[in-house]
Amino acid sequence: MTLASVIIIGAGQGGLQAAISLRQEGFSGAITLIGAEPGLPYQRPPLSKAYLLEGKAEALTLRPESFFRTKDITYLTETRVEGIDRAAGQVIAYGPQGTMRLGYDALVLATGARNLRPPIEGLEHALDLRTLADAARLRAALATKRRIAVIGGGFIGLEFAAMARKLGHGVSVIEAAPRLMARAVSPAISAHFARLHQDWGTELILGHAATRIAPDAVTLANGGTVPADLVLLAAGVRPNSDLAEAAGLVVENGVRVDATLRSSDPAIFALGDCACFLDPRTGAHIRLESVQAATDQARLIAANLVRGTSTAYGALPWFWSDQADIKLQIAGLGGNDCTDILLQDGVVARLRGPDVVAVETLNKPGIHIRARKLLAGNDPVALDQISAIAAPQAAGAA
Amino acid sequence: MVKVIYIAADGTRTEIDAPEGESVMRVALANDVEGIVGECGGAMMCATCHCYVEPDWAGRTGERVSGEEDMLEGAASEVTQYSRLSCQIPLTGALDGLVVRLPEDQI
Ligand SMILES: Cc1cc2nc3c(=O)[nH]c(=O)nc-3n(C[C@H](O)[C@H](O)[C@H](O)COP(=O)(O)OP(=O)(O)OC[C@H]3O[C@@H](n4cnc5c(N)ncnc54)[C@H](O)[C@@H]3O)c2cc1C
Ligand code: FES
Repeated sequence: MTLASVIIIGAGQGGLQAAISLRQEGFSGAITLIGAEPGLPYQRPPLSKAYLLEGKAEALTLRPESFFRTKDITYLTETRVEGIDRAAGQVIAYGPQGTMRLGYDALVLATGARNLRPPIEGLEHALDLRTLADAARLRAALATKRRIAVIGGGFIGLEFAAMARKLGHGVSVIEAAPRLMARAVSPAISAHFARLHQDWGTELILGHAATRIAPDAVTLANGGTVPADLVLLAAGVRPNSDLAEAAGLVVENGVRVDATLRSSDPAIFALGDCACFLDPRTGAHIRLESVQAATDQARLIAANLVRGTSTAYGALPWFWSDQADIKLQIAGLGGNDCTDILLQDGVVARLRGPDVVAVETLNKPGIHIRARKLLAGNDPVALDQISAIAAPQAAGAA
Repeated sequence: MVKVIYIAADGTRTEIDAPEGESVMRVALANDVEGIVGECGGAMMCATCHCYVEPDWAGRTGERVSGEEDMLEGAASEVTQYSRLSCQIPLTGALDGLVVRLPEDQI
């Protein structure tokens, strides 16, 4: 395959990184980055954190306009790809310039995810928190004192809840699962955050689904009501894989890609929130929602494309969440099949069989970074090794 | 405005006039200075904004903040006594003319 033109669909953190990395790898052909949102590509993590407090949208921008000129990257903003014509090697996009057909030799899908919309009556009363426009709307709504219900006790809902409490609003978090962040963290960490949020004055309603939203209250499945004049929907996301599906690619919990992040069409790759990739650590196909996965996957795709290699993706997942003054850091990837061991207050090792597969820490960056290094290696990591780096003297010496 | 001078690993020198209050990391990204990645956006999570403060300036940029030392352990290039995470250096009037050197690798 001669590689003269690469198109990237989605100008979020992963899509932009793919463009950056292609140039860094020395690719001199055409790069077209197509994004549905207005403005320059920006980072999402601060949307549920500092942005709500400070409202500085400029601070989120990932690269200035001049970057696209100097790097000769065509950035089509407010332009949505509506179809992929694989036979012709073209995408069909619609934007301010009207409809266009653009040819590619390689196509990168970086379309991210959208809010999951559970079957809740009156969902139109709820606000989302996914884009800068969403966050700006929420921030404006927070200008007056509110009684807030957050539907979903995951990272985004909880980060928002912590911020809203800090700003003096009344906050209830409604979570259908029996514990907070249940898909992503150990029960010990869930419990720790439940106590923290309650201490901060947030009402937690666990194990109850919301069924109806009215302008002044949310109704629960058990018939209870939660008064609220502002409702945030943060019940998880859905990968944006409709384009891929319509183009006949294999789609299953996102665009299904192999170990090299290639889809069922060898000219099409997928990364980040929209991609379900073969995880070398477990042999399972997984989909991650993190800056780390989006950018590391972008780098791998760019390197393989430019060098003509087929290196498998194997970066260690890591993640963070800031809730008020508590920083949760996760090295590796655990699951509900793990055995969890609380090594000390705020440090949990998650094991599969004898091997540690993830380490969760609260406000302990030293232990996090050392665990990350250990877990990123090729050898299995034993509990002793984590205990050693988590020992008070190791932590104190840092 | 405060002047910041970035010297890349290959010697490329970039001078930027930046507003006070911005971090050395943000200013680099906003001005397309190569050599700083800043993947976590300044959350002190990634150590991809590593820089070496020119020794003359080290006194003025202040101490490493809590947790910074730990995260520096994750930096991709050698860490020296002049190493800082540039997202943790806010620009102030006292830093007008600040010189930072950038490492070979951030990832
Ligand atoms: C509020 C919030 C807080 C977060 N906090 C953290 C955190 O603390 N740590 C962390 O690691 N991660 C966090 N994340 C997750 C992280 O932001 C995402 O995992 C990351 O942005 C994924 O990058 P991506 O490139 O895959 O997708 P995105 O950044 O979502 O970008 C996808 C882009 O594609 C565009 N698009 C979709 N379809 C089309 C189309 N057909 N044509 C053109 N454009 C299209 C979308 O409009 C969007 O702009 C957070 C996310 C949110 C929303
Ligand atoms: S930008 Fe991530 S640690 Fe500084």
